Amino acid sequence: MLYAVISFLNVLAEQDPGELVKGLTAIGRGIAYGGAAIGPGIGIGIVVGNAITAMARQPEAAGQVQTTMFLGIAFTEALALFGFVLAFIVSG
Amino acid sequence: MMLALEFPSVPHLTIWPTIFGEDWWAVNKVVLMFWAAAIIVIGFFILASKRGLVPTGVQNLGEMAVEFIENGIIRQTMGADGLSFAPFLLTLFTFILTLNVVGLLPGVQMPANARIALPMFMAVVVWLVYVSVGVVKQGPFGYLKSILLPPGVPLLIRPLVALIEFISVLFVRPFALMVRLFANLLAGHLILVSFAVLSAALWESTKIFAIAPMALLVALTGFELLVAFLQAYIFTILASVFIGEAMHPHH
Repeated sequence: MLYAVISFLNVLAEQDPGELVKGLTAIGRGIAYGGAAIGPGIGIGIVVGNAITAMARQPEAAGQVQTTMFLGIAFTEALALFGFVLAFIVSG
Repeated sequence: MMLALEFPSVPHLTIWPTIFGEDWWAVNKVVLMFWAAAIIVIGFFILASKRGLVPTGVQNLGEMAVEFIENGIIRQTMGADGLSFAPFLLTLFTFILTLNVVGLLPGVQMPANARIALPMFMAVVVWLVYVSVGVVKQGPFGYLKSILLPPGVPLLIRPLVALIEFISVLFVRPFALMVRLFANLLAGHLILVSFAVLSAALWESTKIFAIAPMALLVALTGFELLVAFLQAYIFTILASVFIGEAMHPHH
């Protein structure tokens, strides 16, 4: 087991550093966007769920509720998009 | 044996060759799209300004757009005294919507908002408008006070809230406006390109398996149309909310 780890690290250390950096950058980009998408996914679900409940309880307020819902979606989705943009502008 | 698909790099997808010139007067596909969208929007509103009493045709569409902005956006977020901003918000909305939709047409297929220049410019313009409105309505120190000290905050955390509100209102909001529009359009473009490249590659090798990516490509183009409208609407309504907050500080 330890031998496997050490030989893996040896192989890793013998790679061309440029290739290693590219591989690690790709992993980093994936983690960046993946981590950034969790919170807003849950958040948008909460916002829209509460908006649906509000619209069902008082259908005459549906227009106002819908406007506020879009506002809430925009604010929370922006956070996921920051992560997406970061995943693309990280160079390497 | 692995079949590798050659996906074009992101700069290859978003940086277009210039037609003539190399400096700030260079014209490439994105610049042509800006001009085309500007001509379409200006032409549409000139044609829609005939003063018939019962609107028909283009005038009807123009009046629908104005009513959408006035009743659906301004009255909901700013109240009736923000109606003087209707031309500004109408321009923002129709320009972004035209650019986004033109970017989906076959042959064009490049959303101009996938380059960050225009979202950055529009976010800066909206920032200038709402800061100017705040400063004109409440004086520079009054505006700063209304940003930094919202009512109903316990005394001990007021410095923290002031710092957070300062950064949020003056820096994060225009940045978020810019990044929201830009990243939505860029992400849509990249997804459509991915599925198109995949469909083309599968069509060349095995014809039957290209059905699934192609169907998904059609569905995603429809989704991108929804995103085009939604992003224009959200940019406009957030601009309206920010201007409204500068006009009426929280009571």
